Amino acid sequence: MKLRNQKKHRKPLLLAISACTAALALLTGCNSNSEPKESLYIYNWAEYIDPEVITMFEKETGIQVSYDEFETNEIMYPVIEAGAISYDLVCPSDYMIQKMIENDLISEINFDNIPNYSNIDEAQLASAKEFDPENKYSVPYCWGTVGILYNTTMVDEVPDSWAVLWDERYKDSILMQDSVRDAFGVTLKYLGYSLNSTDETQLNEAKDLLINQRPLLQGYGVDQVRDKMIGGEAALGVIYSGEVLYCQSTNEELAYVIPKEGSNVWLDCWVIPKNAQNKENAEAFINFLCRPEIAVMNFEYITYATPNKAAKALLDAQYQENPAVFPDAAILSKCETFHYLGEEAEELYNNLWKEVRSN
Amino acid sequence: MNKKAFQKYLITGPYLFWMVAFTIIPLCMIFYYGLTDKTGAFTLDNVLAITSLEHAKALWLSLLLSLASTAICLIMAYPLAMILKSMSVSQHSFIVFIFILPMWMNFLLRTLAWQTLLEKNGVLNTILSSLHLPKQNIINTPYAIIFGMVYNFLPFMVLPIYNVLIKIDDNVIHAARDLGANSVQTFLRVIFPLSLPGVVSGITMVFIPALTTFVISNLLGGGKIYLIGNIIEQEFTTAYNWHLGSGLSLVLMAFILINMLFTFKFDGTKGAVL
Repeated sequence: MKLRNQKKHRKPLLLAISACTAALALLTGCNSNSEPKESLYIYNWAEYIDPEVITMFEKETGIQVSYDEFETNEIMYPVIEAGAISYDLVCPSDYMIQKMIENDLISEINFDNIPNYSNIDEAQLASAKEFDPENKYSVPYCWGTVGILYNTTMVDEVPDSWAVLWDERYKDSILMQDSVRDAFGVTLKYLGYSLNSTDETQLNEAKDLLINQRPLLQGYGVDQVRDKMIGGEAALGVIYSGEVLYCQSTNEELAYVIPKEGSNVWLDCWVIPKNAQNKENAEAFINFLCRPEIAVMNFEYITYATPNKAAKALLDAQYQENPAVFPDAAILSKCETFHYLGEEAEELYNNLWKEVRSN
Repeated sequence: MNKKAFQKYLITGPYLFWMVAFTIIPLCMIFYYGLTDKTGAFTLDNVLAITSLEHAKALWLSLLLSLASTAICLIMAYPLAMILKSMSVSQHSFIVFIFILPMWMNFLLRTLAWQTLLEKNGVLNTILSSLHLPKQNIINTPYAIIFGMVYNFLPFMVLPIYNVLIKIDDNVIHAARDLGANSVQTFLRVIFPLSLPGVVSGITMVFIPALTTFVISNLLGGGKIYLIGNIIEQEFTTAYNWHLGSGLSLVLMAFILINMLFTFKFDGTKGAVL
């Protein structure tokens, strides 16, 4: 459902990653005759780490890192479930972690091996409790919100309510997220309900609103929201906060707001699958990532908010004070994470979404 | 005799394997998924789901848009093929080459380019407004999808018609003229009937991909135009209901079969015409 890895503009770095992987493969080949090295198998979102960080970790510990990438939570899940490749460390999102805990796919983390865990902000640990009630299975890595990106030359007031997505004045200039949970989440929040609602009347109400919204929309999109906003094609669009810094760096007229009704706050965390072969190495890697200076490197590379409070303190003031990256606590208290709703509710969502889309 | 049979298998083997592995087995899987529910029990619900409002609407829109673009392709391609036929060999092979040239580039890229052309602040509207003409809002409408379909599938209409026309012996046309037919009569009673196999395969090659496309509607419809291809794609990717997706694919297959029957009918008469 969530497609958050939309940082395709960093092609040179992508090439660098490929080069690293190739070099790694070469190294592995050379070392095959010598004594077996300590290894670590990581499965992460695409372009979701500074490759330099992996090199540094390898140099420091001598642990050989094998690194694979996935595009969506839904692609990652069956890979872990099948267990054909035993990854030591995976980075899923909130609702998917809940599903993995429910299906007994991940093991408890030994926090004695992660002294730097104390750098993680209590606020993010608190929101992690929504899917990992005792903070036993996961260590937060990146987080963000869903909000409205708007063009200050086309929108006069600050659109601080989701109501603006139904405003006739912006007909043909509104872009909506093309994903079931995000579209319904936004609408449910606007109606004052929980974005994890499974109540049929509430969902039907949201569906009717989404159908009414269709004639006002320029279109639905995922990557397109970012591209069209940068190109000045639309006045406002629903977007993930992680895209905002990039959008603003190419088009200064863009601003981001989390509507006052509240929104979705998402959290990607490191978890260790049950069949991990190198659990201690995985914990050593998490500990490495929790170092403030490493977290800063990763922030500068991926521009998604870091839950590492020590790292946040090291950042430039322009980032620390940017509400798109680090929103204030008052608005965050109105945001919810997505929960895994079970098969039946997912089917209901999908059917209603189909009605909206084909209307 | 035995050796001959062995040789026969050796030669047909790879094709047989190809057909079984990549056509028969996947087709059987589609049938299996389409006719069962999540528990694996037999059901027709997935196929009958086409009668529900949202599916029927999407199918109707798909049929409408693909028929329209097939008709436009035919109207544009036939005169072009006739012009090509009247040219000298070196001239028409150059024009055919020009026609095929864009196909060397990726289909997605070419469709994405149409996005930039048709956008609100896109190339077309920039030109229009610099000429002080009113801006056209084409992107994210059904017209944009027809544009995309015609653009992408036109070569598939031109080439088969051209291939058939080029093979018509000029003596046949001269004979018609000798026997007193004027140019309209020659066209209607000699050239057009002889070119029908090309027209029919052109129609098939445009209509089927246009009916099943989901990429063109995704890229040029801004997600607002939902064709039956989009619904099937969504069932397989985000909704994880392979059973419903397969059931709807079976319905779509029925339409393709009807089109194939139509093709066979004309292929059958081809001998008689020639």
